[in-house]
Amino acid sequence: MEINSFSDIFRYAQEMRATIPEVMIEYEVRKTGKTREQVIEGVRKILNVMIESVNNGLTRDVKSPSGLLNNFAKKVYNAKINALTVNFKKAIARAMAVSEVNACMGRIAAAPTAGSSGIMPAVITTMMEEHGISEDKAIEGLLVSSAIGLLIVKNASVAGSEAGCMGETGSAAAMGASAIVYLLGGDNKQIESAACFAIQGAMGLICDPIAGLVEIPCIFRNAIGVANAFASAQIALSGIESVIPLDEVILAMNEVAELMSPKLKETAQGGLANTKTAREIQRRFIYQIDIGK
Amino acid sequence: MPSIFDILGPVMIGPSSSHTAGAAKLGYIARQLLGAEPKQAEITLYNSFARTYKGHGTDKAIVGGILGMKPDDEMLKNSLEIAKEKGLRYEFKLIMKAPKLHPNSARIKLFDLDGNKIEMVGSSLGGGRIEIVEIEGFKVSFSVAMHTIVIIADDIPGSIAHISGAIAEKNINIANMFVSREEKLANMIIEVDQDVPLEVLEKIRSFRWVHYVRLVEPIL
Repeated sequence: MEINSFSDIFRYAQEMRATIPEVMIEYEVRKTGKTREQVIEGVRKILNVMIESVNNGLTRDVKSPSGLLNNFAKKVYNAKINALTVNFKKAIARAMAVSEVNACMGRIAAAPTAGSSGIMPAVITTMMEEHGISEDKAIEGLLVSSAIGLLIVKNASVAGSEAGCMGETGSAAAMGASAIVYLLGGDNKQIESAACFAIQGAMGLICDPIAGLVEIPCIFRNAIGVANAFASAQIALSGIESVIPLDEVILAMNEVAELMSPKLKETAQGGLANTKTAREIQRRFIYQIDIGK
Repeated sequence: MPSIFDILGPVMIGPSSSHTAGAAKLGYIARQLLGAEPKQAEITLYNSFARTYKGHGTDKAIVGGILGMKPDDEMLKNSLEIAKEKGLRYEFKLIMKAPKLHPNSARIKLFDLDGNKIEMVGSSLGGGRIEIVEIEGFKVSFSVAMHTIVIIADDIPGSIAHISGAIAEKNINIANMFVSREEKLANMIIEVDQDVPLEVLEKIRSFRWVHYVRLVEPIL
């Protein structure tokens, strides 16, 4: 069972008369020889780590060793002013919570990477809380998101060192958008469109971590990744279709990744990482200062 | 073809799959190669590992691994204090430019209470995947994706037959075998499909021309 494109997934779903989560379970069963139950339990374990990481970031003292991150998620979660609604504020705070747990050597589930590990937990826990999504249904949502991630891994990249933050938080936002659409009853075409919109919103996003740390701007891009996921899902669920099909959007992503300068791909040599202030922070907090020339 | 658990996961201690999770794995493998409680560790970090060092918790991750913590163990964060409690002395050296080595590489030398030592070099390839590239001066290349038997023995005729015989006797299937030679010694890396009972290792150890045998188990 080969999955190389969204067309493959679409075709398998039609042939098997199955949902995308069922197609992904079948893919994993055939690939690894695990039973269906083992695959589902594996995803359940990931879901539980995600939920735990959100809770830890909102309750524990999470100040990163560099001091750049200092319990930001709690501040947002408890903020008195709501830019939009309370639940939107909470969704963003959850992504930041996991980013802080990650920076403070806490336990997270990389989805698809550690640097972008805030987005899927924020999307899933927000769906559980705001829409009463059950644990079993949330697992199906994660399986849908894994399909999108798999296609990006196959045809572009999720690594910051290869595709910048487009590859990391852009992919996570696309995964999240597809899961939201599925969990709110959207069809496969709408799932595809939501992923397209999310990637389009992150196309060309660079990876320029201050002092080479997975802290700033990573935490803000995780927050914005959640907003991207919900915006993209909202647009797709309204019946608007992506002009460019997902398979082509991912190829465009790969082209942009190749065109991106190595200075903008996790090497801390360009962008925010190369600002005067960032270089000062680097000298202050990091023991070696020859990261970028 | 990737697994869906390459997308959803791994479960790990942050902040970096290469600089933290992979580094913990390297320490854990060094501990298995020593085969006893380590009392002293000399760790050399190269290239990107040396540059980010404490920023990504690479020091805590490697020391934690040496103490037997896995990449998803929340105690990794406190490993340097735990090392003090357990009486593990450690020191770090940093080498910024080692062009022949992968950007994320570490040399780990461990000693136990009886003065036995092991020295290895490993690289963290990204996404938590690792490669061991040197053991006791022998160039090697394996990833501990499977149960792996590491042997150093005199380079004599029939040694491979005896060792593979001892493994086959217990119906263990050899998946891959790599042999390299340095002067009069041979190094064998044997990857097998399942766990290896202690008696197989004891039997190999009983051969007079075998100097060193260890089993390294994969870390999920």
